[in-house]
Amino acid sequence: MKIRAQIAMVLNLDKCIGCHTCSVTCKNVWTSRVGMEYAWFNNVETKPGIGYPKDWENQERWKGGWERKGDGIRLKQGSRLGVLMKIFANPNLPQIDDYYEPFTYDYEFIQTAPEMPTPPAARPISVITRKRMQKIEWGPNWEEILGGEFSKRSQDYNFADMQKDMYGEFENTFMMYLPRLCEHCLNPACVASCPSGSIYKREEDGIVLIDQDKCRGWRMCVSGCPYKKIYYNWTSGKAEKCIFCYPRIEAGQPTVCSETCVGRIRYLGVLLYDADGIEKAAAAADPQDLYQAQLDLFLDPHDPAVQEQARKDGVPENWLEAARRSPTYKMAIDWKIAFPLHPEYRTLPMVWYVPPLSPISARANVGQVADAGGIPDVRSLRIPVRYLANLLTAGKEEPVVHALERMLAMRAFYRTRQLDARDDVALLTRVGLDVAEVESMHRYLSIADYEDRFVIPTTHREYAETAYYLRGECGFSFGNGCSPGETSESLFGGKMGGKRVFPIRVRGEDGREKIADF
Amino acid sequence: MSALHGFLFGIYPYIALAVFFIGSLIRFDRDQYTWKSDSSQLLRGGELRWGSNLFHFGVLVVFFGHLFGFLIPESIADLMMTPTEHALLAMIGGGIAGVAALAGLTLLIHRRLVDPRIHANTRPWDMGVLSVLWIQLVLGLWTIYFSTQHLDGAMFLQLVAYVQGIVSFRAGNADLLNGVPWVYQAHIALGLTIFLIFPFTRLAHIWSGFATVAYLFRPPQLVRKRAGDARKLPRVAGGDIPSRQR
Repeated sequence: MKIRAQIAMVLNLDKCIGCHTCSVTCKNVWTSRVGMEYAWFNNVETKPGIGYPKDWENQERWKGGWERKGDGIRLKQGSRLGVLMKIFANPNLPQIDDYYEPFTYDYEFIQTAPEMPTPPAARPISVITRKRMQKIEWGPNWEEILGGEFSKRSQDYNFADMQKDMYGEFENTFMMYLPRLCEHCLNPACVASCPSGSIYKREEDGIVLIDQDKCRGWRMCVSGCPYKKIYYNWTSGKAEKCIFCYPRIEAGQPTVCSETCVGRIRYLGVLLYDADGIEKAAAAADPQDLYQAQLDLFLDPHDPAVQEQARKDGVPENWLEAARRSPTYKMAIDWKIAFPLHPEYRTLPMVWYVPPLSPISARANVGQVADAGGIPDVRSLRIPVRYLANLLTAGKEEPVVHALERMLAMRAFYRTRQLDARDDVALLTRVGLDVAEVESMHRYLSIADYEDRFVIPTTHREYAETAYYLRGECGFSFGNGCSPGETSESLFGGKMGGKRVFPIRVRGEDGREKIADF
Repeated sequence: MSALHGFLFGIYPYIALAVFFIGSLIRFDRDQYTWKSDSSQLLRGGELRWGSNLFHFGVLVVFFGHLFGFLIPESIADLMMTPTEHALLAMIGGGIAGVAALAGLTLLIHRRLVDPRIHANTRPWDMGVLSVLWIQLVLGLWTIYFSTQHLDGAMFLQLVAYVQGIVSFRAGNADLLNGVPWVYQAHIALGLTIFLIFPFTRLAHIWSGFATVAYLFRPPQLVRKRAGDARKLPRVAGGDIPSRQR
């Protein structure tokens, strides 16, 4: 056994209101740069829908993740030699149009337009060609709130094995939000796809990063990641991905997306796992067993034997303390209400989701579906259990039903406590909870205090290396030393393209207008 | 022998090779962020799929053909085949690969010029490198015509001796190219120039391309740890889990 610790995230979809604050704050901090306009380290999709990039969940098309071969696993995009053979032109690489062509608007025209019969409009300009676009065809959130025809949205991979046509009818329609970011997997396919070995998982906190100096732009990670959460920066020629805000995590602060979440749906906490068991867990024969196989990797932080081994394997004491208080451990392992996103990709993802409750369907309202002893039958909820199971447990419905029942029971229990001033313990025993557990669930899910949501131990950089020599160094930067994020032309060439879409005109001292050179 | 001839084929090879090795080393050491293949596939696949594959596979065959054809010592080469066979193999094998590479490169140049997305994001050096390679491939293929007139392999041996003379620092090496048709001379001079510009262009990614062979033998998962050993950390009970910072 080799115990490692990772900071895992859980998103409580039951409370996500789809406001995109996470996406926007993330973009402002990390990807508001030339070449990364189209990239959203965090994005929020409205489901059902084909998502961003288009149809990303369909691995028969994109060949992301792993597949079982013999008793083991191999990359779905091929053997190692097969990967190398595709290096010159990767047949599984999405085009930028599969994300969307990044655009801006000609705002200046509104200021400078002459007198016209119609009001002037700011027309879209492509950031890639810096020319006017006739029409914006797609965007990062084109399907927002069920935008577009059902026939297109219903290409959603999670409708597998479902009679989906009825969900196109107004009475039966349903939707949910799915915020997505890099999963920081235990068995990342991107790492295994990288021919130059530039992607790695950090031992101390499990964050998966791309070494920007070592990345050569072979693009195999972009197709290797089944979540399509690695983006090729088309000006720097390097792959980039969510960095789990590691500079913040190291200081004990939550990621930007978590910090700014207005619905307070995100949780960050330490999980201890057995690194030696990863290969076996990822190779489970039946994809529906992968959820349980991953659960079995996680270790009980209260077990003295686990603590002893963890200390031997170099997990610091404050990390063990954080593991004992971890909100993600409570939700994923204690209460079993959180699930991995698409475990069938066999990457053992570490961003988990609490499935959303939804209103009672029209059928249930007219009394066709029974109320099961104080709480409604989860099969009468608008979002089909099957759909959630396809999303979260490779189609296995029981764990999802169990989780939804627990959440419904918690609500019903608190309703009777508030309205009738009594504790209906029978509600809880049916779903295997006791009063103390449900009070804890209520505290974490409903109250969701900052201190409960984020239990993040600081790193021990100050012990691991002499911090004295780090004085005055740069924080996060690109290129050499303290480069501010733009690699200027040098003897060895600069970035590709990257001219300003709208050159900034300034009036010089001589009174003549010229293009500002930054 | 003119002074220019002596410079181009006697001295220039060492300048080009020195810049090639030292320049690559400096770039790798000082500016690795710029070291990349600079793919434009994300912006537009299309012609790239045929163009890039034809060019790269073709040019790899040509590269290794040159490497082994010119650098294997004569005594060993003689054991394997006669000079005539050697010349024929080079002409036919190199010819096919060269035509494939040229066709691929032409497609790549076409898309750089015609596709608005790619054109808008092409730096002068990108076209420069592509043009130099295109001319070099044409010159290389042109030499086949001259080689057919010397099927005894004599001139071929002369060229092999010249190339081996470079790596063995033979004195008066440039004299070996006296009387060799101009196409060969131009091909050699431009080839040396490619070595010269190599470290300053995207050509540098060729080093990394060969380095990807290591991918076949490395463990699938890579984990990095900090330089220090966390086990030596002092045991701190509690603490170190900052609560709300605002």
